[in-house]
Amino acid sequence: MSYGRMHRKEDARFIRGRGTYTDDVRLPGMLYGAILRSPHAHARIVSVDASAAEAHPKVRAVITGQTLAGLGLAWMPTLSQDIQAVLATDKVRFQGQEVAFVVAEDAYSARDALELIDVEYEPLDAVVDARTALDQDAPVIRDDLEGRTDNHLFDWEAGDRARTDAIFERAEVKVAQDMLYPRVHPAPLETCGAVADFDKVTGKLTVWCPTQAPHAHRTLYAMVAGLPEHKIRVISPDIGGGFGGKVGIYPGYVCAIVGSIVTGRPVKWMEDRSENLMSTSFARDYHMRGEIAATRDGKIQAIRVKVLADHGAFNGTAQPTKFPAGFFHVFSGSYDVEAAHCEVTGVYTNKAPGGVAYACSFRVTEAVYLVERMVDVLAAELGTDPAELRLRNLLRPEQFPYHSPTGWEYDSGDYPRALRLALDMAGYDKLRAEQADRRARGELMGIGISFFTEAVGAGPRKHMDILGLGMADGAELRVHPTGKAVLRVSCQSQGQGHETTFAQIVGHELGIPADDVEVVHGDTDQTPFGLGTYGSRSTPVSGAAAAIVSRKVRDRARIVAAAMLEASPDDLEWSDGTWSVVGDPASGKSLAEIALAAHSNLELPDGVEGHLDAVTVYNPPNLTYPFGAYICVVDVDPGTGQVRVRRFVAVDDCGVRINPMIVEGQIHGGLADGVGMALMQVMAFDEDGNHLGASFMDYLLPTSMECPSWELGETVTPSPAHPIGAKGVGESATVGSPAAVVNAVVDALAPYGVRHADMPLTPANVWRVVNGDPFRTDLAIS
Amino acid sequence: MRITVSVNGQPYTRDVEPRLLLVHFLRDELGLTGTHWGCDTSNCGVCTVRLDGVPVKSCTVLAVMADGHEVTTVEGLERDGELDVVQKGFVECHGLQCGFCTPGMLLTARWLLERDPDPDEGTIREAISGQLCRCTGYENIVRSIRWAAEAQAQAQPQPQSQAQAHAPTDAEARQ
Repeated sequence: MSYGRMHRKEDARFIRGRGTYTDDVRLPGMLYGAILRSPHAHARIVSVDASAAEAHPKVRAVITGQTLAGLGLAWMPTLSQDIQAVLATDKVRFQGQEVAFVVAEDAYSARDALELIDVEYEPLDAVVDARTALDQDAPVIRDDLEGRTDNHLFDWEAGDRARTDAIFERAEVKVAQDMLYPRVHPAPLETCGAVADFDKVTGKLTVWCPTQAPHAHRTLYAMVAGLPEHKIRVISPDIGGGFGGKVGIYPGYVCAIVGSIVTGRPVKWMEDRSENLMSTSFARDYHMRGEIAATRDGKIQAIRVKVLADHGAFNGTAQPTKFPAGFFHVFSGSYDVEAAHCEVTGVYTNKAPGGVAYACSFRVTEAVYLVERMVDVLAAELGTDPAELRLRNLLRPEQFPYHSPTGWEYDSGDYPRALRLALDMAGYDKLRAEQADRRARGELMGIGISFFTEAVGAGPRKHMDILGLGMADGAELRVHPTGKAVLRVSCQSQGQGHETTFAQIVGHELGIPADDVEVVHGDTDQTPFGLGTYGSRSTPVSGAAAAIVSRKVRDRARIVAAAMLEASPDDLEWSDGTWSVVGDPASGKSLAEIALAAHSNLELPDGVEGHLDAVTVYNPPNLTYPFGAYICVVDVDPGTGQVRVRRFVAVDDCGVRINPMIVEGQIHGGLADGVGMALMQVMAFDEDGNHLGASFMDYLLPTSMECPSWELGETVTPSPAHPIGAKGVGESATVGSPAAVVNAVVDALAPYGVRHADMPLTPANVWRVVNGDPFRTDLAIS
Repeated sequence: MRITVSVNGQPYTRDVEPRLLLVHFLRDELGLTGTHWGCDTSNCGVCTVRLDGVPVKSCTVLAVMADGHEVTTVEGLERDGELDVVQKGFVECHGLQCGFCTPGMLLTARWLLERDPDPDEGTIREAISGQLCRCTGYENIVRSIRWAAEAQAQAQPQPQSQAQAHAPTDAEARQ
């Protein structure tokens, strides 16, 4: 009864300006921190003199790498079995790296005092281009690691190399293309920050910070700092957007904690936008070479990929432990291929660490971009329409559950139906006719298609963990005597509307209004353990936990109802939100009636505890695999290279939709993100490692003017792996849309013989591509 | 410096540093944390408030520049327990997700509807083009403002003449 469009419970506070974001937290006696950062991409630290800063009348503490080294906290583990400097001691390894932390009476004074710290650097050559990171003479970035003599991080492969190579050897048609998925940043409008409050008397540490994974933070603080875990409380209040960038622990969080321990007062640290863009992680930065082997009539037989992955100065990539390239090996995508193989080589460079899952479900966006670009390259080679080529190769409904050549089991799908719907909505044939007319007039119009399969909801414990923590989520459900319920979950919303959606799940399962369900999240003292919200895992994992714990409550209610009805539980049935005697619907007892009885003096069978509360831990049996078909129409100005997205049709299938309004909102946002990445967003560097996108003046994000009015369609193929048939959707559009936009622009430029152009397709880049002189979008080195 | 700023109709007198930004004055001195801070460079617009009726980015206005002037923040939209029609529109059309850009968007929407009670999609997109939203792809923000325009028209039989009386002049808008 509770699925469907429903206004969000969260909105009441947000529209009044009464959200509580981390920077809104104010505690008595609170001090303010600021971080001194490296101006160099690579330099040896000769000396740090903080004496003048310490003498500033409003400064209460200055913490340097040496201070932290004395506490054993100068380095911290990353999400990828590497270590990262909290405050640099030996060298700085990227521009913007944290060097010292000042704690002062107010934020302005803390900033003033940064100017008083004197750091002497001995600059070193920087490794900026990932393609030269493994050169013999490349400077060694990680000389802090024992025995390290190069910048090589890992080699990893997936799929069947021999079989793939054999198919390529005898293939009728082979195409290959180099492409870059540039370094980008999720850039949520709220930057990162923390308020740390260490109570010396009780030994309790409370940390407010906008984390997507509060429980993982608590456990890591306990493991790293040696604080007892029951004395750590992480509160993740309202979050102003996350998009993967707020999963990890950043040096500033540790500095705020140390600042509070040192001063005995609460310490707030909020980064500014430049700090956010320069130091607080990044995403993508994959240099890829894709190849497809096919028959002359357009049957795709095999896909082969080589990736050079730029991981920055410390390997902080967010991904389950087994998979150093995340889920990139889902790159065979939505197609029925005989074999596939990928090799990924990770390297260190003098850039910020990170590799966050920026709405990409652990690098599925790189995979989808690769394969969808390659299919268009093949279409160009064969002279086949890209829609037709896709329809010829898409997996068929009867192939599900489908075992992919790189080891995935896709749960469910009807791909041709989704693509046909998108083609119908777009009026594809008419668009092609219009394009022909325009081309005849010298106008550049492009139509781009992308079909994606996502892999979300990490994940099954035996395959997936982060730093040894399995990816199962707990849920607790309390039902009060009057039938109102409180659900406690481990994941944390950054705008996804969990307080509404999860209440709808419980309401649906228990036959009560969603308004009667309060969802508690974002506070480790109040919620059960779980790994957090990223990789579109909230609904697939915590949402499933909410359904399962509701069913446990329903089962408990059945026993109580049986006692109320003086019947056997076996003789009851659940329908219309009541337990009733089979064949006697009038006997039905609602959850509210049962809840009151469960707390009353009603005599219950031996061994039955009473009350209805329940707990569960949900270990997903598989990921969920949402999919979709996207079509983008662009116009390109041949004189300036300016791209205008005229239309964007998006058909998404995320299984059962709990609240379609929220689902559509998530898709809208992801589509805008895709347009941004395809056309505007990039963090480039110059040859010295200077960051060239360190403010919103240089790192461009799409506004209302670059975004068209999105045209959405849907199909519904429930997931058999999920208790309510839902699949994740938060990242689908970000994963699927960049390829559609780029394919459209390349299609528009086909009259110039263009088969590929790297993102972002800025006017300058498009103009250069048209003139046969493309440049590297990631480097300002000619 | 001693300044007196009227915020949401209430005068506040404070001693402030000349360099204090208006956004920090509102948040830290007055505790009005509904106004957010996002970028430092006037690009993101989450700090948008109305200064004498005109939307401004409060990260790029010094508090002392607001001395003797009137500021409206998101906290001033609700009147006597009644939500402004733009607030209702954002709830109705799911015009917000994380809520961080929302206060600034609401204030610009209110300003727009006073200048143009019946804006088309293009006008709405242009009005909010100085403000970023990372969640909604703008679609539902546009719809929310359209919804508010229509709801306002229904509530006020003669919206145009009233709105024009309240609308700031172009000269004011250029300040």
